[in-house]
Amino acid sequence: MTDGDKQRVSFTVNGEAREAWVFPHESLLDVLRDAGCHEVRYGCGEGVCGTCTVLLDGEPVSACLLFAVQAEGCSLLTVRGLAQGAAQPGEPHPLQASFLRNGAAQCGFCTPGMLLTAWALLRREPHPTRERIRRELCGNLCRCTGYSKILDAIEDCRQP
Amino acid sequence: MVAAPFRYQRAASFEEAVAALAEHGEDAKLLAGGQSLVPMLNLRVARPEWLIDLNPVGAGPVAEAGGVLRLPALTRHRVLESDGLVRRRCPLLAEAASLVGNVRTRARGTIGGSLAHADPAGELPLAALTLGAEVSVLGPAGARDLLVDELLISYLTTALAPDEVITEVRVPAPRPRQGWSFLELTRRTSDWMVAGAAALVELDERGTVAAASLAFGGVAERPVAAPAELLGGLYGEPPAEQRFARVADLAAATLRPEDDVHASGTYRRRVAGVLGRRALNQAAIRARASGETP
Repeated sequence: MTDGDKQRVSFTVNGEAREAWVFPHESLLDVLRDAGCHEVRYGCGEGVCGTCTVLLDGEPVSACLLFAVQAEGCSLLTVRGLAQGAAQPGEPHPLQASFLRNGAAQCGFCTPGMLLTAWALLRREPHPTRERIRRELCGNLCRCTGYSKILDAIEDCRQP
Repeated sequence: MVAAPFRYQRAASFEEAVAALAEHGEDAKLLAGGQSLVPMLNLRVARPEWLIDLNPVGAGPVAEAGGVLRLPALTRHRVLESDGLVRRRCPLLAEAASLVGNVRTRARGTIGGSLAHADPAGELPLAALTLGAEVSVLGPAGARDLLVDELLISYLTTALAPDEVITEVRVPAPRPRQGWSFLELTRRTSDWMVAGAAALVELDERGTVAAASLAFGGVAERPVAAPAELLGGLYGEPPAEQRFARVADLAAATLRPEDDVHASGTYRRRVAGVLGRRALNQAAIRARASGETP
């Protein structure tokens, strides 16, 4: 393949318009990382671990299982975009603040995926049970195995 | 791991997809949700020269007409598990969809893709078989319909020709006094099923069994329906757990599941029998409950 096989793709990341020339086989994950979105992380490359989770038009997806060309015209949210929903500029998002308060991050590698998955759940279901949260997060692996604190942090963010 | 290079074409309609398949032959693969295909590409187990992206075709709403639920092939699992009509009129399918993979798998995966992929441990092939679902298929010679039972052949193998695409899945609407169940055993939530069982039980006005279907997943090269003559033994009798247990055990005894790293074949067969009994029982309880509230 030569550069002539590249296709132009445009989408927004955290509200900002982006454009890239990509080969069809380049994953959205690789293209996002090349564009400086290092908060989106490679874990397994098979859609199992959840570290590359991004929200595609509001739905959590594995960026490793999506080709960048498929994101044409889509709106993407990474964890960096979450803080845009904070009360004050520069403040963490309430969910991030809860993760900090609860000590829900150990090495932190899985945290962006956990936050985005939890955010999407809470938007759809404002009052999930702990069991429901556990089920929704079953596709996000934490190899520090710090799951309890993560569940605590998300529970803390449920609407009363 | 990253996918090997391929050429990419967006299909705006099923007709366009069929034309692309006819042009590129076996060098082309259809891309729907990509939750099974793309891991295979990333691991380079599959290396198609062309990828024909069906996603631009999109999926219209699920509709019910003439006693049939019509599901566009690109209906995502997320819609199956949350759509009001599916939950009300085909709860077995909604339950099965809610058990597929993780939340990201369900956000992208499609019912047409799941049936065309034909994983023997897949939830949706088992659900579709149990429900007596039918698919519409489009090819260069036109459209044809086939039962999911005719579609599913073996491991990742279907009756689809290389230039055919599933366009719609149709599920019979539930009958009065019909109950359902979908059960699976997994080692961890979101894993492939070690074994699964799905059942429908229909009662008549007297409360005796009028019809029943039972199928198993994860125990053979494709989902397997319990022999009709076994289920026939339940008809005209009141639903009783002992009878269900006998039928499920006899049905499971006809299975010859293989050993793998997750479970031995003997264990799988045993689990299938237990899940089969529970599924028939739960379906009968739901059938009775649905008869009480017409």
